[in-house]
Amino acid sequence: MSAILSIRDLVVCYGSIKALQGISVEIPKGQIITLVGANGAGKTTTLRTISGILKPTAGSIEFKGENIGGLPAHKIVARGIAHSPEGRMIFSNLTVLENLRMGAYLRRDKAGIAEDIRRMCGIFPRLAERESQAAGTLSGGEQQMLAIARALMSRPECLLLDEPSLGIAPILVQAIFEKIVEINRELGLTILLVEQNANLALEVSHYGYVMETGRIILSDTSSALRENPSVRAAYLGG
Amino acid sequence: MIEFLQQLINGLSQGAIYALIALGYTMVFGVLRFINFAHGDIYMLGAFAGFYTAPKLLSLTGGGPSYGGAALVLVAAMALCAAAGVIIERLCYRPLRAQPRLTVLIAAIGVSLFLENGGQFFFGADPQAFPEIIADSAIELPASWGEFASLTLTIGQLIVIGSTIVLLAALRTIVKYTRTGMAMRALSLNPLAASLMGVNTDAVISFTFAIGSALAGAAGILTSIQQPSIDPLMGINAGLKAFVAAVLGGIGNIPGAALGGVIIGVLEALVVGYINPTYRDPLVFAVLILVLLFKPSGLLGKAEREKV
Ligand SMILES: Nc1ncnc2c1ncn2[C@@H]1O[C@H](COP(=O)(O)OP(=O)(O)OP(=O)(O)O)[C@@H](O)[C@H]1O
Ligand SMILES: [Mg+2]
Repeated sequence: MSAILSIRDLVVCYGSIKALQGISVEIPKGQIITLVGANGAGKTTTLRTISGILKPTAGSIEFKGENIGGLPAHKIVARGIAHSPEGRMIFSNLTVLENLRMGAYLRRDKAGIAEDIRRMCGIFPRLAERESQAAGTLSGGEQQMLAIARALMSRPECLLLDEPSLGIAPILVQAIFEKIVEINRELGLTILLVEQNANLALEVSHYGYVMETGRIILSDTSSALRENPSVRAAYLGG
Repeated sequence: MIEFLQQLINGLSQGAIYALIALGYTMVFGVLRFINFAHGDIYMLGAFAGFYTAPKLLSLTGGGPSYGGAALVLVAAMALCAAAGVIIERLCYRPLRAQPRLTVLIAAIGVSLFLENGGQFFFGADPQAFPEIIADSAIELPASWGEFASLTLTIGQLIVIGSTIVLLAALRTIVKYTRTGMAMRALSLNPLAASLMGVNTDAVISFTFAIGSALAGAAGILTSIQQPSIDPLMGINAGLKAFVAAVLGGIGNIPGAALGGVIIGVLEALVVGYINPTYRDPLVFAVLILVLLFKPSGLLGKAEREKV
């Protein structure tokens, strides 16, 4: 299967600290790939480098055959990669609707945008009920839905999702993960999912990478990783 | 009552000037979280831009003072100040973007000193007479208004207040209803998320400096219509007061800056009219201290929450 996004020997530093020490990840088109690992492993750093917030020190990031490593964030969105960041980062004083419009910031097709807003409201009915409410007044789970919907508004070919379960009640986490699977199936969207909740992540994904202190220590199909004794011991609670 | 109304009119026309300058402080704070201490000097540049362009522009419209000529002078000063603001940001603040905010603040103080001293060098330190761009005179109020007919209202005051209202409405339209305006609001809420949406943050920051500086330039012209004596240090006092106005309204809050400007202008006029003109400046700084003590987020500002 051909990879839509491939990362090779990526090194990223914060000052003198090497947060990524040369990682390689292949993301095939149409699949959900997950990156699991403990706090500080470098998962967020990986996503932030792909989306252009951080600059790689070495290595390459290829998207649809072109090197995008080092491009500024706004140019990377334009190429078709959307990033729903850790901690959601919704625009709290803007309304839900304005947040969705911000997601479509680079698009000029008014009719298409309106249609996509309707579609997002279909996928996440709670957003429809609250469309003219300030986004900061939404619950954590609703904010997460908004962050995902906002990222989808750019009509990406690849979606980077950082910890969609962070700080959200378990019942909503379940709902959000169902939506992620639905989006992947129905839109054929490629997703790179970062999660601390390895159980859930390996359940919904096709293939997984396990990270530890800036390195990939293991990668396999998600079902194989779920059965792997060392993964079970370290990440799946035995 | 008449006396009070009179002070209100005087205060409003001065407050309009503060409001226009305060907007620049607050908009730049919104997108960059720093106080551009050189902003008051942009207002001074606006006045001098008018001083130098007015003779040419007035001759285009017939020679003497005229509304058309005044409008041209206003637009020219706004454009020149917008350019100055963009250049200052590009050369002096952008290279320091990754540095601690204190560094940028000190750079702004440096730019301010540069403009004040550069102004004295190029324009001369002595006050200059701003050319008459409109024929200012008191408006004859109809006698049927009874005691209200004794109010003094000048054409200059009307123009200042009217132009300010038009500029505020234009700004509101830009910020609320245009794509760039929405990007500006998003950027001020979360710059990182804005760039993830595809916002070119450098371009939006430049745009913000352009708009803020253009408004200060307009204030420089509108002031000079009422008080036609300009000098290279005129931005210090006006800039400080507009800064207080921005803090009073809630720094970062656009309607707040406009409201703060009007309040400071009116308070000043009341102090001058009822108490003692020498208390005019201390009053403004007393307001600053009181706001910082009792409502640091300002009248319309929201207390800044730590992000989780
Ligand atoms: N802005 C920063 N400056 C310096 N070091 C940083 C910065 N951000 C992250 N790091 C360091 O880089 C390493 C990787 O951090 P990263 O945020 O990528 O981890 P993560 O896998 O996403 O962790 P978590 O599961 O807690 O979100 C950590 O050691 C962290 O301390
Ligand atoms: Mg993280």
